[in-house]
Amino acid sequence: MLINDTQKKIKDKFPSLAVEIVGSALVVPKSSLLEVATFLKNELSFENCHSVTAVDRKDKMEAVYHLYSTSNHIMLTLKVILPMDDLTVESLYLLWPSANWLERETFDFFGIKFLHHPDLRRIMNPDEWTDYPLRKDFKRDDFIPRPQSTGLKG
Amino acid sequence: MGEELIVNMGPQHPSTHGVLYLELKLDGEVVLDCVPHLGYLHRSMEKIAENRTYTQFIPFTDRLDYLASMNNNLGYCLAVEKLLNVEVTPRAQYLRVIIAELNRVASHLVAIGTFAQDLGAYATPLFYAFSDREKIVELFDELCGSRLTYNYVRIGGLSGDIPPGTDKVIKDFIKYEYKQLVEYNELLTHNVIFLARSKNIGILSKELAQAYSVSGPILRASGVRWDLRKDEPYLVYDKFDFDVCVGTVGDSWDRFKVRLDEVTQSLRIIEQAIEAIPEGNPVSKVNRVFRGTGESYLRTENPRGELGFYLVAEGGFNPYRCKIRSPSFSNLSVLPALIKGLNISDAVCVLGSLDIVMGEIDR
Repeated sequence: MLINDTQKKIKDKFPSLAVEIVGSALVVPKSSLLEVATFLKNELSFENCHSVTAVDRKDKMEAVYHLYSTSNHIMLTLKVILPMDDLTVESLYLLWPSANWLERETFDFFGIKFLHHPDLRRIMNPDEWTDYPLRKDFKRDDFIPRPQSTGLKG
Repeated sequence: MGEELIVNMGPQHPSTHGVLYLELKLDGEVVLDCVPHLGYLHRSMEKIAENRTYTQFIPFTDRLDYLASMNNNLGYCLAVEKLLNVEVTPRAQYLRVIIAELNRVASHLVAIGTFAQDLGAYATPLFYAFSDREKIVELFDELCGSRLTYNYVRIGGLSGDIPPGTDKVIKDFIKYEYKQLVEYNELLTHNVIFLARSKNIGILSKELAQAYSVSGPILRASGVRWDLRKDEPYLVYDKFDFDVCVGTVGDSWDRFKVRLDEVTQSLRIIEQAIEAIPEGNPVSKVNRVFRGTGESYLRTENPRGELGFYLVAEGGFNPYRCKIRSPSFSNLSVLPALIKGLNISDAVCVLGSLDIVMGEIDR
């Protein structure tokens, strides 16, 4: 219900924008992330960028933002779909300083390039690494994934 | 203007609370710039979660914030329960509140003790705090057979009921701890040296705290009355009468004081909860192995702030993706802004008052 309100408000502000609800998340086009985020922060009082992460869907990448509005008690899941051959998205660092480290972490583990980020370095893994560990196709000689559980009866 | 000097503080340094490496640019004693380097304790918990069933991942959450393992167990289990729409019996909910608050007390005691240690109050406050914490740790040992990594909260309930007589032990502890808190106040709170070291050091404004998504006692010390237990109650927190402790200035002393006050509030919650534990069976009836679909994001109020679990399930026995939003990570990100212009000894004070745990920052 609340997410519908947010969607409607964004639609009223940007009539030409394709804003969809998928599951419990709001999906906005990549090109308009910055203006939607600015609108969310300044006019719908989402003053807290709680978490930034990504989900590797194998054929595409989802950048996921959890924005929180303390005054309205709404946690909004904002998603941007990125094609695998163009993993770039605008940084939201200027809107929410907390996005700085969170975006660095997302870059470190998924390889999403946040454009205009002030300090886009790896945060956990060694600087000289070239691969991105949380991607589903991650391979290393010393990393052997456990076989997926088959599910015991009971 | 003297010569600029780069000093590496950590990763092996007693006051960095684990393996944190701070690259400090100094002019004499004054910190000009600070670049934190993380990852020395990185174990890739999120990748591990993708390779385990939902139940198998619970023991790993113990190793996130290892001073508040019960709270981590609880946060993860609540997120999975939200994904599965599982109802938990009232008895399990009350017991969960009690163990979560006991662990909050234990965690805050460590924070208070180590903070005083960082300020040069060598050993005495630390040993006071640790001997109090020991009582809680021993109680948890009775509950689940482990002193540090509990694995007690399960999806859909708890791993077992409390042994008979536990309520007596907890009541005795509460009585004892109230007496101890008076002593902490006399020993530290208004101690002249302690005040001189921590008052007006590292002031974190309300605006800066919110901009950096700081949470927990640090946010409240900056004067923001925000506590998930009060503002978005989960479990049965809405049934208890307790106050949200806030500071006024947002300096290191306020952060210490908020933690000390929160111990009292946690004891009040436990006092009320223990009188009202309903009868029933708290043991989980959910199958150990199950499939999940959908997404859930859930946050709980941990001793260090808001711990969030973002679970994505695609019908398999394992989570497809498990993102852990750890409070210390965001709390630490504000450190460079806080310690610029301070003396190096005050930087240690600010870092101690932030009360970080590297286990949940590096994950």
